[in-house]
Amino acid sequence: MSMLKLTTAAFAVALAAGVALPAQAEDSVYIQLPTYRTGPYAGSGIPIANGMHDYLTMLNERDGGINGVKINVDECETGYDTQKGVECYEQAKAKGTLVFNPWSTGITLQVIPKASVDKIPVLSMAYGLSAASQGDVFPWVFNPPMTYWDGASGIIKYIGEQEGGLDKLKGKKIGYIFLDAGYGREAIPLLEDLSKEYGFEMLQYPVAGKEMQNQSSQWLNVRRDKPDYMVMWGWGAMSPTAVKEATKIRYPMDKFIGVWWSGGEDDARAGGAAAKGYKTLNFNSVGPDKPALQDIKKLVVDAGKSQVDPAKFGENLYNRGVMNAVIMAEAIRVAQDKSGKTVINSEDMRVGLENLSIDAARLEAIGLPEFFSPMQISCKDHSGHTKMYVQEWDGENWKQVSDWFEPMSDKVEPLLAAAAEEYKTSNAPWPARAEACAN
Amino acid sequence: MFYRESGQYKTTYESDQAIFPIREDRIGIAIIMAMALITPFIASEFILASIMIPFLILALGTIGLNVLTGYAGQLSLGTGAFMGAGAYACYKLATIFPDINIVVLILLSGVFSAGVGILFGLPSLRIKGLYLAVTTLAAQFFLEWCFIRIPWLYNYNASGAIEVPERRGFGDLILTGPSATATTRYYVVLAIVVVVTLVVKNLVRGRIGRQWMMIRDMDIAAELMGVRPLWAKLSAFAVSSYLAGVAGAMFVFFYLGAAEPSSFGISLSFQVLFMAILGGLGSLVGSFFGAAFIWILPIALRVGLPAVGVDVGAEIIFQIAQMAVGALIIFFLIAEPHGLARLWAIGKEKLRVWPFPYA
Repeated sequence: MSMLKLTTAAFAVALAAGVALPAQAEDSVYIQLPTYRTGPYAGSGIPIANGMHDYLTMLNERDGGINGVKINVDECETGYDTQKGVECYEQAKAKGTLVFNPWSTGITLQVIPKASVDKIPVLSMAYGLSAASQGDVFPWVFNPPMTYWDGASGIIKYIGEQEGGLDKLKGKKIGYIFLDAGYGREAIPLLEDLSKEYGFEMLQYPVAGKEMQNQSSQWLNVRRDKPDYMVMWGWGAMSPTAVKEATKIRYPMDKFIGVWWSGGEDDARAGGAAAKGYKTLNFNSVGPDKPALQDIKKLVVDAGKSQVDPAKFGENLYNRGVMNAVIMAEAIRVAQDKSGKTVINSEDMRVGLENLSIDAARLEAIGLPEFFSPMQISCKDHSGHTKMYVQEWDGENWKQVSDWFEPMSDKVEPLLAAAAEEYKTSNAPWPARAEACAN
Repeated sequence: MFYRESGQYKTTYESDQAIFPIREDRIGIAIIMAMALITPFIASEFILASIMIPFLILALGTIGLNVLTGYAGQLSLGTGAFMGAGAYACYKLATIFPDINIVVLILLSGVFSAGVGILFGLPSLRIKGLYLAVTTLAAQFFLEWCFIRIPWLYNYNASGAIEVPERRGFGDLILTGPSATATTRYYVVLAIVVVVTLVVKNLVRGRIGRQWMMIRDMDIAAELMGVRPLWAKLSAFAVSSYLAGVAGAMFVFFYLGAAEPSSFGISLSFQVLFMAILGGLGSLVGSFFGAAFIWILPIALRVGLPAVGVDVGAEIIFQIAQMAVGALIIFFLIAEPHGLARLWAIGKEKLRVWPFPYA
């Protein structure tokens, strides 16, 4: 048994050295990006990872970082696996990350209780726990620009508009096909609530993570039930498979609406020409034309510092990754401003995120005009509940087919407050907010 | 020269039957225990939280599987689910009885997984080998289905995950929950694992353990000699599932902090099975070797390679680590099909006669 101990001791020494080595250089901050470029979710994870990485690299290359402070970035491969995600979190904590972006609802749920103890803000951009938007209960968790419940209400609102009014939903059947994990289940409470309110029938089609590349049984049921609309909460390999299966049973694609995470170009491409008409929500613009994206192209992609396939530069999920990096970068700026320091720590970063405000003028100034809807995060509201739009696949590209519209905040807001309260009681003793509101 | 038992006379039955009859072994185990106790003072939090705690817990899970597969010869692919049964039982107990010490609840939650194990062990009375493996696979899928589909098990949480509540004990020490320090959790885990391992060691070298091994080696002969297969097999399932359940409960309460059903998927079952096979079936020390190999090596590679200047993407490191571990498993099993424990035993034999090649 002592051999075992020797080896562990040797590993321990090596690891202690390994963790300690990348010491903080002068005037730099560190952000770990948990990503997944392997496994069944890599199809969605790769463009996101590239987008985040490339925008931050571009800032370093073009401006020498933010106000002269370089951003050290490294990636930690989670494979969308919760255990590995927790390991990445521990590693990020040891290396002093400013902020943690779990990029998985499962990992988000795991790190939410740890965040307030370790004083590391969690930025779960439009995923994770919807109730985390309640800043007074979750001071360390942020989910701008919108929560899942905003998204679910947005889809129902859009369907209502198509039908000529929300009252016309009565008696309709709306199918909900979702990844049977924390992510897909997150939207169910709100959809159930709305189904009671508007009198539509909600049919659930769970897809287990293991079976997401084989959904024929679920779509067989869809064919039998003939729902008027299909709503999808898919990610990774689930989305392209669902689109393919939907075209196979000749489901009317214009009645098939995905959440923003099911809106990758590759997801829609899988259905071939028949996927034309497939719709998803979105909250960022698609395409490589914005000036800042052109800077990324010039300084990062063309310089060979990115892993992105040049043909896929500027696609939807890539831009989503860029947006996540923009939120981090802008929050660093606010944090520097608020704390008066240039090299901030994770507690300053929390203040930065909480006081984050990106208006249209600011977007213009950073070279991303109308890249997303202006957002304002506050002490109470950690999400912002901004606007979304619906896009449609035309066989080659995403086309915006609706105006930017707001979620049904009057329906969502009370539920969020109730859910936060429930989280508090079921996780008692949940620490009361100790952080003062800085604004 | 250093490791030689000559001159150590055993004058009582107790000393002859001791777990560690050789003085050098006792010194060795004392050094290991001392090292384990001082680890929190020299290791970083990352090493404690991400390596040592899960390593000890998985070692206990591997011991559980080893009781069933290594000692009693019943192949099982359901360890992950039995661990999950313990975890969910502990979660329910902890939320129903918030005032009882969590360590008591963890030890108690194993009873529930033992019950589940006995239930799924019933087919073992009629079927053996790979066929039995298939029925334990059914347990794996059925229990995973329960964890997803029975909302009572996770207290109707909207997320479908179980979250570990904060619990105090032993004075006012925070034992579980996000505020519990890695050091506290490590010591609790260490204490449970050491005590339980000691109990299992005495179990396997006693009457029950001998019955298991007789069943494993030849069940018909064992039956003719008076071993009742029903009791022997079911007790193996019960003890094995109990250990797995305790390991699963600790996995959630002292390591993960929250768990989804997918945490107890088939991949965990396989991971534990590989630990048992690579460490050596029918060996307790092998369980620790196997768990160390399968759990620590990939992390060490992932963290260690960038530190020594191998500068490639995180996903490449990830894949290199996986390939390296796979290659090493094949290498070690070719070098010694009976696992690392056998290598360790050979090493000890050689050490006994060292510096002479034979004696």
